[in-house]
Amino acid sequence: MSDKIIKITDQNFDELVIKAEKLVIVDFWAEWCGPCKAIAPILDKISDEFSDNVLVGKVNVDEVKEAPVKYGIRSIPTLLFFHKGDIVRQEVGLQSEQALVDGINQIIKKG
Amino acid sequence: MTDKTIHKTIIIGSGPAGLTAAIYAARANLSPIVFEGNQPGGQLTITTDVENYPGFPDGILGPDMMDLFRKQAQKFGAECFYKHVSKVDFSNSPFKVYVQEEEYLAESVIISTGASARMLGLDAEKELMGYGISTCATCDGYFFKDKEIVVVGGGDSAMEEASFLTKFASKVSIIHRREEFRASKIMIDRVLDNPKIEIIKNAVVADIFGSQKDGVSSILLKNTIDGKERNFDCEGVFYGIGHKPNTDQFKGVINLNDQGYIVTDPGSTLTNVDGVFACGDVQDDHYRQAITAAGSGCMAAIDAEKYLEDL
Repeated sequence: MSDKIIKITDQNFDELVIKAEKLVIVDFWAEWCGPCKAIAPILDKISDEFSDNVLVGKVNVDEVKEAPVKYGIRSIPTLLFFHKGDIVRQEVGLQSEQALVDGINQIIKKG
Repeated sequence: MTDKTIHKTIIIGSGPAGLTAAIYAARANLSPIVFEGNQPGGQLTITTDVENYPGFPDGILGPDMMDLFRKQAQKFGAECFYKHVSKVDFSNSPFKVYVQEEEYLAESVIISTGASARMLGLDAEKELMGYGISTCATCDGYFFKDKEIVVVGGGDSAMEEASFLTKFASKVSIIHRREEFRASKIMIDRVLDNPKIEIIKNAVVADIFGSQKDGVSSILLKNTIDGKERNFDCEGVFYGIGHKPNTDQFKGVINLNDQGYIVTDPGSTLTNVDGVFACGDVQDDHYRQAITAAGSGCMAAIDAEKYLEDL
């Protein structure tokens, strides 16, 4: 896992995600989820390549109890894109690198 | 990006069939390129324990097994890319394989794109897939703790899903369109013995209601005998209604049967296009096992090697 990826908990969610200046992609995942493992290397890459504009955070649904319920997670991986406190994009299931990069660029361009 | 190299073989798909083909092709110095598709590792990555694959007496997790397959292929020089092939052109040699705008060339192609879960075809699926509708009990069951849910289907996979989901859900209703189940007796008995499972026969799901925000709230059940409809409250809908081959990008390019499976010559992996081979679930609607897929992946690599030698 890239060292740029941050671990999100119920305690730091507000501080690190909601109040963040950058776009934050929050990945809801678990150890037992195969598709989550498949998307992990792409998120690693994105966290490195877009480190100026994007923060990637991970919520382990086995450890973090409130956030998955609050955001109505019913399938993993789910990616929530937070920008200035709002959810601006939501993706469920495996995504290609290109689709994610396109989504990020769209949001960054809007500013 | 366009890659002008003419590869000896391109493998499309990365389940047991594709990665076994990659191991054999790499060892035969065919320097295979593997396009892993949207679900690297294939269907096994959404299962839990694999207990019937020889060599793993204690069982192994599906995703872990596929990691091992991939490592073994890479060890011999196979290159794996997490890319989805959207189009192919087999009209002349070298064959053309497209990943969106990117074009790749190959002297031979091995198709191992597998199969994926069948849907009911309801409009609601577009909105609610991943928000209460699921094709993967092992992935999503966790989010339905103490909730009432339904499983659609009457075969072994539906029974297995229903049993598994009782670990989380407070009640699981199996909805089956006929009177008789296709499932094996042992699986039916297991379901009948489970106090959390209710069975609704002769009914189909005609619609699913809910929103992305609040998930599924209810479904519309239609009785297949008298046609009567009724609402049924539930918070999750899991599908166990079989599989369909992933052959959309091959329609009109190679021969498919009525169900959409790639037609291969009996006892081989040859398709109707010389130099294009198919292995695994994409050409097998009967056995559909990791070990049979792996076996046919090996056959495809050997068939491709023979084809390239004879060129």
